[in-house]
Amino acid sequence: MSTTTSPPTPTESVEPPNGTKSLVRGTLPRWASWGVLGAAAVLAALIARLLGFGVAPFVLLTAVLYAVGISGWSRWIEGGRKATDRAFTAVVTSAFLLALTPLVSVVVTVISKGLDRFDGRFFTYSMRGVVGDGGGAYHAIMGTLITSGLATLMSVPIGLATAIYLVEYGHGRLARAITFFVDVMTGIPSIVAGLFAYALFALVFGPGTVNGFAGAVALSVLMIPIVVRSSEEMLKIVPDDLREAAFALGTPKWKVVLRVVLPTAVAGISTGVTLAIARVVGETAPLLIATGATGSTNLNPFSGQMATLSVFSYYEYASPGVPIDPSLDRAWTAALTLMLIVMVLNLVARSISLLFAPKAGR
Amino acid sequence: MAKRIDVKDLDIYYGSFRAVRSVSMTIQPRAVTALIGPSGCGKSTYLRALNRMHELIPSARVEGKVVMDDQDLYAPGMDPVDVRKHVGMVFQRPNPFPTMSIYDNVAAGLRLNNKRLRKSETDDVVEESLRGANLWEEVKDRLRKPGSGLSGGQQQRLCIARAIAVRPDVLLMDEPCSALDPISTHAVEDLMAQLKENYTIVIVTHNMQQAARVSNYTGFFNIAGTGQPGELVEIDETPTIFSTPTHTATEEYISGRFG
Ligand SMILES: Nc1ncnc2c1ncn2[C@@H]1O[C@H](COP(=O)(O)OP(=O)(O)O)[C@@H](O)[C@H]1O
Ligand SMILES: [Mg+2]
Repeated sequence: MSTTTSPPTPTESVEPPNGTKSLVRGTLPRWASWGVLGAAAVLAALIARLLGFGVAPFVLLTAVLYAVGISGWSRWIEGGRKATDRAFTAVVTSAFLLALTPLVSVVVTVISKGLDRFDGRFFTYSMRGVVGDGGGAYHAIMGTLITSGLATLMSVPIGLATAIYLVEYGHGRLARAITFFVDVMTGIPSIVAGLFAYALFALVFGPGTVNGFAGAVALSVLMIPIVVRSSEEMLKIVPDDLREAAFALGTPKWKVVLRVVLPTAVAGISTGVTLAIARVVGETAPLLIATGATGSTNLNPFSGQMATLSVFSYYEYASPGVPIDPSLDRAWTAALTLMLIVMVLNLVARSISLLFAPKAGR
Repeated sequence: MAKRIDVKDLDIYYGSFRAVRSVSMTIQPRAVTALIGPSGCGKSTYLRALNRMHELIPSARVEGKVVMDDQDLYAPGMDPVDVRKHVGMVFQRPNPFPTMSIYDNVAAGLRLNNKRLRKSETDDVVEESLRGANLWEEVKDRLRKPGSGLSGGQQQRLCIARAIAVRPDVLLMDEPCSALDPISTHAVEDLMAQLKENYTIVIVTHNMQQAARVSNYTGFFNIAGTGQPGELVEIDETPTIFSTPTHTATEEYISGRFG
């Protein structure tokens, strides 16, 4: 909310009597924003009451009334420029709150519904032989860690090497072609990545080969372009001065890249990688196709179907047992766990960039 | 150490644009040679051709000869990486490696060149180079701190220490003081006077007083007009250039009538 920091001045006439325009304009009192907001809310509540509106129209009405009220009042006292400023602030703030609403709603819902089964059993038991109550997602958590881990192991070297090629070596047609295909890959729907992995494994290992590794391959297809893009950006912002300084010492090119360019960019690169992991760890469709699902623990990614948190959550919801409630609870808790993993990854990314960032200490 | 460079009919091109035409000069060992001239006349381009740094720009190419003590730097089998080990360079803006400490910055040349040195040997080289760059007393208590925490002038002397740690024969400096304050400039100039005892130094400068103060020889580059190649007008002992130059263009430039 915009509040002016200058002290409230009495709302006297703007034009001095002698007709010359004064530079001093009136200012709304400090409580103006909140006051108008309160008035708008009361008015909107009355109207909503009369017309029998629900909550959403009430909030919308409040926002509109506030914007109109504050800018009208401000135009009267403070003049056109400040009024526009206040109206614009109101619109931008409303848009921000609107964007925040679904996010907060999802977080609150997932936490409140997921907490029911957020217990020790959930993290230590699989679903083997469980009907109805009890059971856990140990097998799915391990499956998510294994598939995402393998995907990271494959994507980071490939993605990073591609980025290094693009920034340090590639200038001609090949580089342009790679950039183009990376762009295309960024837009691949995740289900297509799953079908690709499924088809690849069907061709190489026979039809119906579904395992954790196939899922990891599918995730890599989604992850590689993200890693390439973010690493490329980070390598590009390494100043050429540093490369020149290293070359001038008589350093071969590969060493300049390895010892000077990469360490300078490592903070940004690892942040990008962590965010790429966070991006694919919650993927459902490709894993549904390529990794399958199972109720028991399978830690071998090269043989047999493997449970993952997203797919687990999906199945618990889509085909619940009887009674239905324990399944739904498990689905919510799986979603909560996934959300926590993503949050931890984001925190890790932040600490990494703090840790590695070049310091200018004295 | 300290080698003589003979440049013969050097042309430098960026693609089809000839930036420098037909430069011939002899750069004397154990002396400072200053290159002066208006902006865009190819001084940096020429300087970079002396250690093949221009090859980092894909379109740049060179015709002619650069001979350092009977070794043609552009001979077919000559590796540009080796050339740069013998001909070091200091840049306009100080550019210490931001991820490395002061110590590691100075040792970077050794490590990047794969010289396997014992810890004590590296220590010696680092101290010697920092002393050589007149920086030792200022940083000896914080060698493990990042180089980017130093002042601009200290950073530039750190870069000089880094350059001399690999023991080149020649040191090229492209406007090394133009980003520095007067006091740091003075420190770097003092340093040049010391370094010329052991090195061949070539410095590009926009500051005529600086050229007059620090150099033994001065070369004047000029350009006929935009789009024309830069040329070496004349090179001679610095007092001669500043008192009785052969060409009127030189005299006009030095007296500040153009450029
Ligand atoms: N990387 C480059 N590509 C193309 N032309 C260049 C490049 N660098 C410099 N030039 C051109 O070469 C000429 C000489 O530039 P430069 O050597 O930087 O001059 P100086 O250092 O004397 O100011 C200028 O006309 C400049 O535009
Ligand atoms: Mg220049």
